[in-house]
Amino acid sequence: MSNPFGNTITPEAVIDTLGFFDDWEERYRYIIDLGKELPSMPEELHTEDREIKGCQSHVWIEPSVVEGRLCFAVDSDAHVVRGLLAVVLAAVNNKSASDILAFDMEAYFQKIDLLKHLSPTRGNGLRAMVERVRQVAQEAMHRAGARQSLAEEPLVS
Amino acid sequence: MTMNPDVQLADALPEVAFDVDVVRQDFPALHQRVNDRPLVYLDNAATTHKPQQVIDALVRFYSQDNSNVHRGAHTLSDRATVQFEAARVALADFIHARASEEIVWTSGTTEGINLVAQCYGGSRLKAGDRILVSEMAHHSNIVPWQMVAERTGAEVVPIPVTALGEIDQAQYQALLDERVKIVAIGHVSNALGTINPVASMVEHAHAVGAVVLVDGAQAVGHWAVDMQALDCDFYVFSGHKMFGPTGIGVLYGRQDLLEAMPPYMGGGEMIESVSFSETVYNTLPYKFEAGTPNIADAIGLHAAVDYLGALDRVGAQRHEEQLLARADSMAADCEGLEMVGGAPNRTGVLSFNLQGAHPSDIGMLLDQQGVAVRTGHHCAQPIMDQLTRSGTVRASFSFYNTQEDVELLFAALAKATLFLQ
Ligand SMILES: Cc1ncc(COP(=O)(O)O)c(C=O)c1O
Repeated sequence: MSNPFGNTITPEAVIDTLGFFDDWEERYRYIIDLGKELPSMPEELHTEDREIKGCQSHVWIEPSVVEGRLCFAVDSDAHVVRGLLAVVLAAVNNKSASDILAFDMEAYFQKIDLLKHLSPTRGNGLRAMVERVRQVAQEAMHRAGARQSLAEEPLVS
Repeated sequence: MTMNPDVQLADALPEVAFDVDVVRQDFPALHQRVNDRPLVYLDNAATTHKPQQVIDALVRFYSQDNSNVHRGAHTLSDRATVQFEAARVALADFIHARASEEIVWTSGTTEGINLVAQCYGGSRLKAGDRILVSEMAHHSNIVPWQMVAERTGAEVVPIPVTALGEIDQAQYQALLDERVKIVAIGHVSNALGTINPVASMVEHAHAVGAVVLVDGAQAVGHWAVDMQALDCDFYVFSGHKMFGPTGIGVLYGRQDLLEAMPPYMGGGEMIESVSFSETVYNTLPYKFEAGTPNIADAIGLHAAVDYLGALDRVGAQRHEEQLLARADSMAADCEGLEMVGGAPNRTGVLSFNLQGAHPSDIGMLLDQQGVAVRTGHHCAQPIMDQLTRSGTVRASFSFYNTQEDVELLFAALAKATLFLQ
């Protein structure tokens, strides 16, 4: 897969880059640009069952398993939210379920000074998206526990 | 404008001519930095800030007079009761009700509408009856009617709204017939700012024997409303949108209607006598105020009313009109900006979208620049779904906003646009 998130775009790289900027404009421009690097999600995947409810903007997520790792296609109709989704994907895409569950998302967002976007009141879907990712990882762990390894298959919730 | 009964100008002569710089000094929350910028607060339709006088009244009550009302045999309770009832009289005067018995304390607009829907609607409606509800109503003026309709077999019928965000008066009048028992409309739309021609709509509704509930949540913070001029049957509003505390609001109801309505909740305060063979309800307005009321916030709301009473409201209203006119003209010059609604008769609200940008993007980028707006469907999904794809950005003004606030809004929008290209 040509998805750079979790491959060349890592949380360390995001932390480094954001730490380098000192005004909000550079930071938000970077975040929005990061969102533009997300592989596009085909329009036909913008379905209700893939949508994360309760957000002002639309947020869609489609998990899958590739070579034993969890991959996520995500999309939003809002630029900043897409960028924030990309920041999350840097940490969770193309990872094993146990790596995902071990990752401290709050600490990561704290480091990059974006913690407010994870707050339950924000209604931008980011928090719900992170919870969905963890839920997918948890389900994958359970199934792996039952079968010893992750099968290559689309995950339907 | 002065002759328009929907927009009453204050009649009392002001003591000091309106000066926004002086008035701003009364609102401590306005003077802070957000994201390292001076706060530009343009979310007044969601809630307004509180003048120091209101904050002081709350502190004074809790630190000196705190007590329960109507029941203590002691001095503090007397003081609390006197202030609590004085607040009711002040609110009756404020909206020009006929008597303070017509003022029922609620927790806010939402509770007021639910009370009327359940007590009036619940006891009067039957299958085949109709409730007309404006298509641009706030959810709190839609859902309670749907709930009572479901229970009684009545039908909720939307009153259509034009692309300009005005209630279609021809269609409204065509809908009025003897099946219509209740008409529920907003005085001012929170999503679009449209001022509805309430007085004439009431007249038409009364002609077919329907009663009218007016949601005044977005009107009371802008001008002095007048129950006798509007002649509506119920009028509801929230204290927190008119510079008072949260958790307190008013249901105004015509006395004969309130008398005839069964109570809302049972409990203490709302009864005259209780026995297992017969319980007698208290008189108005206590019949609808079961339990210990929100004493402190009623007193706080009184302070807000006094504050407004001492303000040059005509000057304040003129100032607000100038802010909106400036915002409208800057919006017209702003490339890519699409107004949503934009009726000529509007107050306090600029609702819009920027081409190619999601409202939530704009909201976040404005917040970074210290500008507070609301984005989304503003709890008015039916009208937003009709007029927009993803809701709007809403900048809402109060008299304490300045021309500079308007300029900062547009400067921040220009920057946000650059980001999102
Ligand atoms: C027009 C309108 N009606 C009702 C409400 C609900 O008011 P509250 O939440 O104070 O009950 C609001 C507040 O957003 C409003 O703007």
